[in-house]
Amino acid sequence: MGRILIQNLKKSFINRRKAPRQPGDVDGIGTEIPVLDDVNLEFRDGEMVCLLGPSGCGKSTMLRIIAGFDDQYSGSVQINGKEVRGPSSDHIFVFQHSGLLPWMTVAQNVELGLRHMKDKAARREKIQEYIDMVELEGFEHYYPHQLSGGMQRRAELARALVLNPDVLIMDEPFSGLDFLTRMKIREEVVTMHEYIRKTTLMVTHDIDDALIMGDRIVVLSGRPSRVKLEHELPFPRPRSYDREPELSRLRDEVYLMLGVNYAV
Amino acid sequence: MKPKSKSLIWPGISFSALLLCWELLARFSGWSTEIFPGPLQVFISMWDLCISGVLVKHTVASLYRVTVGFYLAMVLGIPLGILLGRWEPARNLLNPLIQFLRPISPLAWIPLSMLWFGIGDKPAIFLIFLSSFFPLVVSTTVAVSAINPVYFQVAANFNFSRAEIVTRMVIPAVLPAVITALRITITIAWLVVVAAEMIAVQSGLGYLILDSRNALRMDYVMDGMIIIGLIGLMLDGFMRRIGRIESVSWGTYSR
Repeated sequence: MGRILIQNLKKSFINRRKAPRQPGDVDGIGTEIPVLDDVNLEFRDGEMVCLLGPSGCGKSTMLRIIAGFDDQYSGSVQINGKEVRGPSSDHIFVFQHSGLLPWMTVAQNVELGLRHMKDKAARREKIQEYIDMVELEGFEHYYPHQLSGGMQRRAELARALVLNPDVLIMDEPFSGLDFLTRMKIREEVVTMHEYIRKTTLMVTHDIDDALIMGDRIVVLSGRPSRVKLEHELPFPRPRSYDREPELSRLRDEVYLMLGVNYAV
Repeated sequence: MKPKSKSLIWPGISFSALLLCWELLARFSGWSTEIFPGPLQVFISMWDLCISGVLVKHTVASLYRVTVGFYLAMVLGIPLGILLGRWEPARNLLNPLIQFLRPISPLAWIPLSMLWFGIGDKPAIFLIFLSSFFPLVVSTTVAVSAINPVYFQVAANFNFSRAEIVTRMVIPAVLPAVITALRITITIAWLVVVAAEMIAVQSGLGYLILDSRNALRMDYVMDGMIIIGLIGLMLDGFMRRIGRIESVSWGTYSR
């Protein structure tokens, strides 16, 4: 189960820069900059939701709050009816740049989530199962720096999935990858999601990623962020703009919403 | 990898050139061989010192002091560095003190250490400890506070206990930086032991050099210097080797 309910979520940063005092200053600290302004969202169990928004709008901030890394907010964030209290292995965060621990091999990284498993043989079997799933067999004993960017992302996915988390939170998981690798991983993430059906939240700045992958897209407005658009994507996969004129129309709408007039 | 014989060619050339210059200088400088002995004379006397066991005795004495002092500095300095890097109150409390004591040359401690520890190994070990301890604490502290915060979030995400954060995160994360620090520090320790032995003890390579100077045996002085250089080279090579261990070598590649 991985139902997420976000109610009246508000968050602001305090800018500590020493600037002349301005109206709106928090006493003696700095300027308060609202980032999330009353966000209300619900994510269903097993759903893949892609979050879009202009750069700096607070998408990542929202993910970090859901992951439990940030508790300086007001409002309520619940997973399965329970308020989020700090990070947990039930909701795993996949980092924008590699979050693999560089001093551990692929197998050791994947083992992190299984380190309390007593049965050594079963543990090894499970590690292998997930490494095979992300097609990294043969690279078990490689260190992250010896892998390509795409392989690192896949290893990190294996490490996250091995925990069998209720929620998978991905912050721009494809950033920094070349076009082909990106397409391939996109495909793999979709296949993986259809297979395991875990609630998956993904922040991206690529509208195509969102429209091709998501069960639903959420577009946030610029800072302070509010939900500007929520749209179901009930299209069968694999998707293409040619087959789904509605998807094309939606793409133009989202581009316009993000301030791009002529999508090329 | 290139074969080893090939990689020894370049150092071979530079050392031969050094020997040649030395020989030429010794011959044509006009100084007497007592003041500026040539390589051959130095190597002959080196052989004498080897055979009589004097060289081994002094080398062992120096290495012993460096090992004990350096080891103490490691055992106390690295954990303290980790503590300071992880725990802000400790850092606020102790960092000013460390920054105050650090620039005081270990050699400035010679009078006090002789008064406290007398003559023998102890003052020398104390000085080596001082010379290694502060650089190690500071480098470890810096390395700990430079750990990518993402890794701590990963640790939290995977429900690491406090002990696991130290053993599975902090220690491996700072290891590359700490090994680099050890490499630099052991060189400092090796520099300091020679100076310490010139004053506080009756053995060791530093003492050999000082004693030979008093006897006006410049060839023995040069023997001492050569051995110091060779052992320094060895210590550095040893430390570099540790840095190449696979679980540490990521440090060379990380962002």
